[in-house]
Amino acid sequence: MAARLAAIFFTMILVDNYVLVKFLGICPFLGVSKKLNSAVGMSCAVIFVMTLATAVTWPIQNFLLTPVDEAGNLKWDLGYLQTIVFILVIAVLVQLVEIVMKKYMLPLHKALGVYLPLITTNCAVLGVTVLNIDNGYNFVESIVCALGAGFGFMLAMVIFSGVRKRLEEAQPPKCFEGLPITLVAASATALSFGGFGGLIENIFGAI
Amino acid sequence: MSKFQIFTNGLVKENPVLRLVLGTCPTLAVTTMAFNGLGMGIAATFVLFCSNIAISLLRNVIPDKVRLPAYITVIATFVSIVQMLVKAYVPALDKSLGVFLPLIVVNCIILGRAEMFASKNKPLDSALDGLGMGLGFTLTLVLMGSIREIMGSGTWFGMTIPFLADVDKFTFMTTPAGGFFTFGCLMALVIFIENKTGNKKERSIGCEGCPSKSVCGAKGGCE
Repeated sequence: MAARLAAIFFTMILVDNYVLVKFLGICPFLGVSKKLNSAVGMSCAVIFVMTLATAVTWPIQNFLLTPVDEAGNLKWDLGYLQTIVFILVIAVLVQLVEIVMKKYMLPLHKALGVYLPLITTNCAVLGVTVLNIDNGYNFVESIVCALGAGFGFMLAMVIFSGVRKRLEEAQPPKCFEGLPITLVAASATALSFGGFGGLIENIFGAI
Repeated sequence: MSKFQIFTNGLVKENPVLRLVLGTCPTLAVTTMAFNGLGMGIAATFVLFCSNIAISLLRNVIPDKVRLPAYITVIATFVSIVQMLVKAYVPALDKSLGVFLPLIVVNCIILGRAEMFASKNKPLDSALDGLGMGLGFTLTLVLMGSIREIMGSGTWFGMTIPFLADVDKFTFMTTPAGGFFTFGCLMALVIFIENKTGNKKERSIGCEGCPSKSVCGAKGGCE
């Protein structure tokens, strides 16, 4: 069990990195990675919301939308409502977290509050909740997967903010200035993550 | 602006992907094959067209304070319709688009156009804008998908290209890194043409390109 959870966690960070391999959450990856501290702040907010969203959407899917009885048959099937329900739950959740934070956890709100409204429409958050259901993970696995996805996001953001710092001093051809050279640099960063392929299978075996 | 101008606006002048830099995630993720790009483009165009009309019709009814959740609900409804249609009639596409089909909900192009255009304009204009933007998105995806598929697997829309059959494939193009690379080069090419013809456009993926800009309290703090 523990080995399986560890395998899921590290697969999400290194092999199936959400930003660099699965292309989820590219907007904040390119937009908020200019400075290291804002990259870390954004990533913390993403980790927090991803985990919370998974903790809320998993029970909704398995007890409200597609519940199964003891024999394993569907009691009723509202699976087609998944997209609408999930996005609304996430939107409400983010608002709620912001209000609670503002009232009771002011220092935390100061650090993360800026990034929270942006996360509602972040595809990585909706993506992780939907993928957890698609993969058939149980509750604990889903939470670990969401945590792994969040930390993977953070790793990519932190590495890339370092890359961008060097990029600012570079002098690319005129037409590559700005966004194009950033994308090419992201390509090089993504390529380096290709080296992790097969790592998890070999460390944790075929679990 | 004439109706025709509104329609063609999204194709070149305000191409959502290459000029406005919206919808980067699906652009990078699904363009490993031209067919997937086409499917994704058509699905997004349908949602964009319908949601633009619906939001434009409701623009005087939706209170300003809750407009973002209202837009998301409208968009999510149409996305669910598309999901069911694709699952029923093109199951192969459903498999290859995977999670990116439900993720059309949070595609910046759709929310961005609702916020920037449909909430301020008449239904007919909004419909044309949605169609134009959707076609611009589709064309870009097919172009990028074609480049990556031809170079990476030597096929186009699944058909083998005769004179490429014996050539070594540049498989890098079909990897995620190749996606970033193709997108960067394509954008550089567009900027090169812009510089030559002198109609430069500022690109930023920070606040300017963000659909949550007007509702966001960060005021540039996240950049």
